[in-house]
Amino acid sequence: MPAKTLHISSSPHISSGLSTEVIMKNVVWALIPVAAFSIYSFGINALLVILTAMGSCLLTEHVLCKLSKKDSTISDWSAAITGLLLGLTLPPIFPLWMVLCGGVIAIALGKFAFGGLGYNVFNPALVGRAVLQAAFPVAITTWYPAFLDNRFAAISSSLLTFPFMTPVFDGTSGATPLSAFKFDHITTDGMDLALGLVSGSTGETSAIIILLSGLYLIVRKMMNWRIPAAILGSVFVLSGILYLIDSQIYPNPIFMLFSGGLMLGAMFMATDMVASPITSLGVIIYGAFIGIMVVVIRVWGGLPEGVMYAILLANALSPHIDKMIQPRVYGTHKSTKRG
Amino acid sequence: MKESITASRDESASTIKMLRAMVGIGIICALLIVITYDGTLPRIERLQAEALEKAIFKVIPGIVKTKTFQLDKNNTFSEAKEKEKSAQLVYAGYDENDQLIGVAIEASGQGYADIIRILYGYDPESQKVIGFYVLESKETPGLGDKIEKDSNFLANFISLDAKLSDDLSKLKNTVIPVKQGAKVNEWEVEGITGATISSRAIGNILDASTNKLLPLIYSNKELFSTKSKEE
Amino acid sequence: MGNQIHDKANTGFLSSLKGSPSTDEFIKGLWRDNPVFIQVLGMCPVLAVSNTAENALAMGLATAFVLLMSNILVSSLRNFIPKQVRIASYILIIATFVTITDYAIQAISVELHKSLGAFISLIVVNCLILSRAEAFASKNSIGKSILDALGMGLGFVFALFCLGAVREIMGNGSLFGFPIFPSTFQNWIVMILPAGGFFTLAIWLLIFNLLKQKKSIA
Repeated sequence: MPAKTLHISSSPHISSGLSTEVIMKNVVWALIPVAAFSIYSFGINALLVILTAMGSCLLTEHVLCKLSKKDSTISDWSAAITGLLLGLTLPPIFPLWMVLCGGVIAIALGKFAFGGLGYNVFNPALVGRAVLQAAFPVAITTWYPAFLDNRFAAISSSLLTFPFMTPVFDGTSGATPLSAFKFDHITTDGMDLALGLVSGSTGETSAIIILLSGLYLIVRKMMNWRIPAAILGSVFVLSGILYLIDSQIYPNPIFMLFSGGLMLGAMFMATDMVASPITSLGVIIYGAFIGIMVVVIRVWGGLPEGVMYAILLANALSPHIDKMIQPRVYGTHKSTKRG
Repeated sequence: MKESITASRDESASTIKMLRAMVGIGIICALLIVITYDGTLPRIERLQAEALEKAIFKVIPGIVKTKTFQLDKNNTFSEAKEKEKSAQLVYAGYDENDQLIGVAIEASGQGYADIIRILYGYDPESQKVIGFYVLESKETPGLGDKIEKDSNFLANFISLDAKLSDDLSKLKNTVIPVKQGAKVNEWEVEGITGATISSRAIGNILDASTNKLLPLIYSNKELFSTKSKEE
Repeated sequence: MGNQIHDKANTGFLSSLKGSPSTDEFIKGLWRDNPVFIQVLGMCPVLAVSNTAENALAMGLATAFVLLMSNILVSSLRNFIPKQVRIASYILIIATFVTITDYAIQAISVELHKSLGAFISLIVVNCLILSRAEAFASKNSIGKSILDALGMGLGFVFALFCLGAVREIMGNGSLFGFPIFPSTFQNWIVMILPAGGFFTLAIWLLIFNLLKQKKSIA
């Protein structure tokens, strides 16, 4: 007799017909130009960082699936995306052994500890990066100038640091536009930022390419456009207000929008389907919260960049946002809702 | 009726019991605390004084004894007899011949994690900061706490220019924190890569404190040395 | 008497104690009812001051001392304290010994006192001590209470040391301040930050639960 089971699941119950696999595959395609530009600007170092991150995530996923006696889920592309995103958020000369650890942490702690794909509370790639940031704060804030002449010929020595040893960075380091602003009050030209002619994490530099990749997914209805719109909108408005109050202290809104990991975060990190709210209004609150937190951390915080923490914080809030804006059940009153 | 009477009697009895227990325990506890307090106080005070003394000796090299002064309301210094917590204290250090070598000044300010309290030595003769020591900091271990150990950073304070302006009202060149490797002038504090915020905080604390106190100390320079000769 | 039965029902693992030999009062705190890894009590100092092995050991010993002394006093006064004011009395007794410990540590070393900071005073609200006073010392003889306090106290010291050692080795490359890796070892700074405390605790809990599971299957 065939076993009959009743599947009980939370909303949404109506799907658009797109399977996880198709969406994931499209996200990978959309990220390919971003990765290609990062390899073009940072050379062979960026390629190695991205490949290591992906390999580490895929391997961890496979091993953990086997350990928990489930079918391997590496073919659904989600681990590949986690790895790709993790690689894109790391500095181009980040030691590979640290990248490897980051991938393991992202999948094991960010995804499997919560129950695997569909259950993760936080964006796994950002969990991996957050742990790396806390563990190796010096390595993760040592940047590398873009478009060096020998970038396709030589591998940076720090990349090949022996596992568990401190990397030694050669002299060529470059400040990111955000740290240059935070510590020396130098504003980078908006055009350079948009085109990606600056230093930064491997995949965050070219705002325009990230924007176009995101638009591709939005047009194909594989990404909720409200999230990036709410994030970028609130960053623009809030930093615009601050700029109008005192243009000497506060950076201009264009600089805010195009610098750091904001574009990459808004388009590809905050839009993680599992870790963001479900309702349209909830998504807008979620996006606005991220945008405000980014500006607050960048302007008043101790760190130059805050996109990662803003998104992780909003991830934690998203189930509560959904709960908060639930419409009242007809016939009940606010006061008697609990009873 | 009868029941309620017994109940109230029980209650009053247990009230006395409760009172007896609480007072009894209170007395035992108070005694225990007083005994330990009395027993440990001299040693605690000695250890704390020693720790402070060690810090003062560190920031003013070559001294053998110290004397504590406090800043009064009318901007002069007097020898501190009773320790008031709110008062700004400075410690004058002398060599074997009771010659004033320098003045150690306590200062504090916001760091990355919490308030950082520092002690720095000032030599009124050469008008320089001659030593530096972190009294208290909760900066991130492994990063921000480099302000206590980094030899390159500590080298800033062996001879940091703190010359007063011609009218003696403020510093000629205020203490400025700069990036690691960017120190050009005598009055700049070179930061630490990887501990940018903490090392800058030290520069800013020094900047605020030197501007406020050094002119006062310099104009009262005689006071510190004469006081010691009187004794 | 009624509330005693009620209390026993509340604290599950204690119900098994009835009639057990007295060495068991000592052993149980070390392993089977370990205050940190099994009962998950007193998490505040466990997470906050276990960043180095030395701090962890000092904190553990201070807590164990307070636990021992308060257990002795509570047990000897157990017929004297009316049940309505028992919690207030326990807190008073615990607070006294915490204050004494605070002075004692200051007298031993100013440095150590500085690194333990406010967490010495916070031993007052360590629920491990209150729970032993309430669940054990107030119902048992002084001898048993001493054994119980020693066992629980040493279990607490052991657990804190487990955390402190792992965190110091990974976060600082040393144990009790002595470097154990070559100087080029990359410290995992996160391990000496509060977040590292949570990670380490989680891993130890995982190990203990695995061991428990294996035991119950076998």
